[in-house]
Amino acid sequence: MITFERVSKIYNGKQQQIKALDDVNLHIEKGEIFGVIGFSGAGKSSLIRCVNLLERPSSGKVTVNNQDLLSLSPKDLREAKRSIGMIFQHFNLLNAKTVFANVAMPLLLANVPKDEVKRRVIELLEFVGLKDKADNYPDQLSGGQKQRVGIARALATKPKVLLCDEATSALDPETTKSILQLLKKINEEYNLTILIITHEMGVIREICDKVAVLDEGKVVEAGSVFEVFAQPKTEIAHKFVRSVMHDDIPRSVYELLKVRDQRQKIYRIVFLGESTGRPLLSEIAKQYAVDVNVLFGSITELQGTPFGNLIVKLDGDENEINRAIMHIHQQKVTVKEVLADVS
Amino acid sequence: MLVNGQQIVEALWETIVMVGVSLLFSFVIGLILGILLVVTRKGHLWENKAVFTVLNAIINVFRSIPFIILMVAVIPFTRLVVGTSIGTAAAIVPMILYAGPYIARLIENSLLEVDPGVMEAAQAMGATPKQIIMRFLIPEALSSLLLGITIATIGLVGASAMAGAVGGGGLGDLAITYGYQRFDTLVMIITVGILVIMVQGLQSTGNFISKKIRRR
Repeated sequence: MITFERVSKIYNGKQQQIKALDDVNLHIEKGEIFGVIGFSGAGKSSLIRCVNLLERPSSGKVTVNNQDLLSLSPKDLREAKRSIGMIFQHFNLLNAKTVFANVAMPLLLANVPKDEVKRRVIELLEFVGLKDKADNYPDQLSGGQKQRVGIARALATKPKVLLCDEATSALDPETTKSILQLLKKINEEYNLTILIITHEMGVIREICDKVAVLDEGKVVEAGSVFEVFAQPKTEIAHKFVRSVMHDDIPRSVYELLKVRDQRQKIYRIVFLGESTGRPLLSEIAKQYAVDVNVLFGSITELQGTPFGNLIVKLDGDENEINRAIMHIHQQKVTVKEVLADVS
Repeated sequence: MLVNGQQIVEALWETIVMVGVSLLFSFVIGLILGILLVVTRKGHLWENKAVFTVLNAIINVFRSIPFIILMVAVIPFTRLVVGTSIGTAAAIVPMILYAGPYIARLIENSLLEVDPGVMEAAQAMGATPKQIIMRFLIPEALSSLLLGITIATIGLVGASAMAGAVGGGGLGDLAITYGYQRFDTLVMIITVGILVIMVQGLQSTGNFISKKIRRR
């Protein structure tokens, strides 16, 4: 649905060139919710603006809906933009116009007949739950309501792609959740492809199927949300995962490492999917001569699949501990010893 | 008193005509120039450094000439346009040249206040440049634009009074010939009083309409 091939974007600054995007390759499938995460200045904003050519890439090819946008004439490009909706961090609504007029705007631009506009706008406002606000002005709405208007406006021309530019970054956590639920609903009901850029890993965890991590204009890691959460390959991806997973080893564990005796070892066990449901710890405690003590743990849900992270202390003979660890390995569960020098 | 009521009413009418007609023309000129100043600027719809630089310079030149000098300086041009250099019609020409660039600046300011995010949204929707100007830029700036026009109108009332100095007619003329040169204090008080009321009325109306549009 959206393809980036070797896309670069260079800004010519006064003193030096700034490479906002550096040879980016991405492929986003139809119907997917694809998240791009990165810190400020990573190039996220340039990336999403290259999809609908609010910014033109310096080199490379952008294909949306099987159209090479860069090759289109201005007129065809405007036409193509009607099938690419966009919502913004600061909503970007017309403050001088009512909610109704805001949502109707893309239809008026496309010369849709008046009664058709009316029917469609009412339908959209109903969909986002703001039917009773049609005659209000944006400054009478809360942030969440404004973003709902933004979403209704973006959907007006029945786009195939929705671009979300930090769409929840100006909202409180509760409102963020409800907006994300709405995006999910749109994705499911209309089979709309959604590209989200964000700096909040919570957004990725909540609704994305796939994620790409952007750092200094480069995609440093990409894959299913599950993969990246479970086994982040880069330090920066790990940082983002930690921001929502709290899988840092607590200080108390390190304190324990200093005073433990030779018979004790501390491990981190990462459960994925089905294995989360297995009584693994109780199994090893019964089968091997080890005592198991859970020091720390967290379990969260990713894409409807549980994902757990436990830190346990095994107490017993070295041989027995090794056998117990082997057993865990055989269940395709990741287990790693926590060493004192990590901190 | 050296003048009768009829003369005052006539002078008032002349002032209204001078201000009204010159406002109309200078608004059209100012709107076009103001929009051009915004859209030709760097990173905007029709970025064009040459047009922007030239326009900017011309407007600055006109804005720096004191009105009384401008009036005299453009006499040949005035004669060319309206056939005479004295009277109400003749006063209107320099008034347009004075207020046009002024309004252009005021409109430029209002348009620049429009949230760039709104422009971005317009572009993302696939709006044509004309649609962006007509459906996004101007409606969003309208409230502030109206306040600017109010200021310009009041400036024109002041200019019309000065036009009296070269025989332009209107309340200013009355105040100068009778009130100032012939020491008729009452005429002075009446004319100035009417001008004060006019300005007050214009400002209040402008504020009211602008507020209505802004809806806050």
